[in-house]
Amino acid sequence: MLKNITLGQYYPVDSWVHRLDPRVKILLTIALIVAVFLVRSMVGYAILLTFIFLASCLANVPFRLMIKGLKPLRFILILTFLLNLFFQSGGGEQEILVHWWIITITRAGLRQAVFFSARLALLVICTSLMTLTTSPIQLSDGIELLLSPLKIIHFPAHELAMMMSIALRFIPTLLEEADKIMKAQMARGADFESGNLIKRAKAMVPLLVPLFVSAFRRAGDLAMAMEARCYHGGEGRTRLRVLKLTRHDLFAVIAVALLIGVIILERAAMPDGWPL
Amino acid sequence: MSIQLKNLTHVYSGGTAFESVALHDISFEIRDGDFLALVGHTGCGKSTLVQHLNGLLKPTSGQVLVDGEDLNGEHVDRRKLRMRIGLVFQYPEYQLFEETVAKDIAFGPKNLGLSAAEIEERVRTAMAQVHLNYDKYARRSPFELSGGQMRRVAIAGVLAMQPKTLILDEPTAGLDPHGRDRILGIVRELHQSGTTVVMVSHSMDDVARLATRVVVLAHGSLLADGTPREIFRQREMMEEAGLGVPEASRLVQALRARGLDLPDDLYTQDELYDHLLRLWKEANPC
Repeated sequence: MLKNITLGQYYPVDSWVHRLDPRVKILLTIALIVAVFLVRSMVGYAILLTFIFLASCLANVPFRLMIKGLKPLRFILILTFLLNLFFQSGGGEQEILVHWWIITITRAGLRQAVFFSARLALLVICTSLMTLTTSPIQLSDGIELLLSPLKIIHFPAHELAMMMSIALRFIPTLLEEADKIMKAQMARGADFESGNLIKRAKAMVPLLVPLFVSAFRRAGDLAMAMEARCYHGGEGRTRLRVLKLTRHDLFAVIAVALLIGVIILERAAMPDGWPL
Repeated sequence: MSIQLKNLTHVYSGGTAFESVALHDISFEIRDGDFLALVGHTGCGKSTLVQHLNGLLKPTSGQVLVDGEDLNGEHVDRRKLRMRIGLVFQYPEYQLFEETVAKDIAFGPKNLGLSAAEIEERVRTAMAQVHLNYDKYARRSPFELSGGQMRRVAIAGVLAMQPKTLILDEPTAGLDPHGRDRILGIVRELHQSGTTVVMVSHSMDDVARLATRVVVLAHGSLLADGTPREIFRQREMMEEAGLGVPEASRLVQALRARGLDLPDDLYTQDELYDHLLRLWKEANPC
C-alpha cells in the first residue's frame, strides 16, 4: 500500500534535455523562475508555457506528467485564486462584475486571481521540467558542484550532497521496510485504519519503533561499510561521473536567454499588462 | 479449518509499465493437520502467496476460501480471520517494538480485546511454546536479546493469538545451525500439538525432516504438489526448479548408480540408514 508513493519524479528516458549538465539545468531552472516573476501579462505566460511545452517535447516527457505535478498543489492554487478573487481592493474606480450579499467580484480581482494562480502553476511546471529529466543522483552532484565555491567559507557542500544522496537512496528501502512491518503488525491484529486521531497516532507506535530501529541499524552498517572502503569526506576525492559542459549546454543557455529577452521585450511593450 | 486456493493470480502494479505477474493460476488446498512446505526458487512468488493466505494481499483474480468462505468477500472480518491464521514474516524480529518481551507478545492478544488475566496466561503459554523462560525473559527488553531469541519472541507474538493455522515465511533465515534446529524443533512441536503449519523453506533437508506435504512453485506457477516422497523422487524436476533434493536423496541416487540395491524414493537420513544397515547385514552375515 505504501509502494504507490513516488518520491522524486525522475522520468527515465534518454533525451537531449536528460543529457544536459545538471548544473546547467539547475541554473536554467532558477533563470526560468526569475522569468516567471518578470512576466506581467497573460501573454508572457503563454510564451513561457509554449517554451516549456517545446522543452518537454525535446525531453521526451509527456506534458500531462508536468500538469499532474500540480495535483498536490490544487488546494493552494484554489486558495490563491479565491483569496485574490474576493479580497482584491485596489483604489479608484472599479468595474464590478458580480455583487451579491457581502461578495464583490471586480474585474481587477478576477484578473489578479487568474494571474497569480497562473504564476504559481508555472513555477511548479518549470521546476518539474528539471526534476523529471534529472535523476536524483545527478541533482545532488549538480548541487554539490554549484555549492563548492562556498567551501572557501567552510560550507560543507560535499557532506550536504552526500547526505542528500544517501537519504534519497534509502527512501525506497525504508518504504519497503515500513510496508513489511505494517503487514507484520496487521497480521498480529493491528489496526491502522480506524479510530480517531489520537488512536491512530498511537497505532503508529508499533510501526515507527521498528522502523527507527532498522534505520539506525542500517545507518550504522552503512557508515561501517563506507569507512571500510576508506571514505573520509570530500577532500581529494575524485568522482566517477565527471561533469563536462558541452555545446548542447550552450544551446540550452542561449535558448533560455532568448526566452528571457522576449519576455523583457514583451514587458516593455505592454507596461501595464494586457487587458483581460 | 481448511484454506483453499482457487485459480489464484496476483499481478503487481497492474496496468503500469512495471507490471509483473507474481502468481499465476494457483490452486491447492491446505487441509487440517497438514505440515505443508512451500518451496521454490528465490522470486518465485512464495512470499506473495503466503500473504494471500490471511488476506494481507488481495488476489488480482481467483479466490482464497477459508472453510468455504471467500476471504476477500464483503462481509468477512479480515482482522478476526488474521488471528485464526497466524503469519510469521521473514526476519520477524524486525517487528518487535515494545519495552519488554511480555508486552510485545501481548500486542496480538490485546488487539483481540482479551482480559488482562487471559492476556497474561496467553503470554506465558506462548513463551513456553518457544522455550523462553518466563521469569527470566518476560521483563527484559526484546532489543537486548540475541538474534535467535528475538526471533523466538516474535514467533511467540503470533502464537499468543492461538491461531489454528500457522504460516512461517523462512523462519530459519540467517540463523546459525543451533538457532535453526531450535526454531525447527519448536515448529515440529506446534504441528504435533495440532496446529496446521505452512512453512516456506529453502532447505530441502528441513523439508524432508518435517513436512507431510510439499508444494513446489516455479516462476509464479504451481509445479508440483504431493508428499515429500512423491516430490523428491522427481529429481530432475526439482533440479530444474533450482531447488535440488535432500542430501539423503542425492546419496541414494549416487549409490544406486553404483549398483546398490536401494529403493529410489528414500529421502530422509533415517530411512537411508536403515536400508544401508540391512544391505550391510545381508552382505556380512555373521
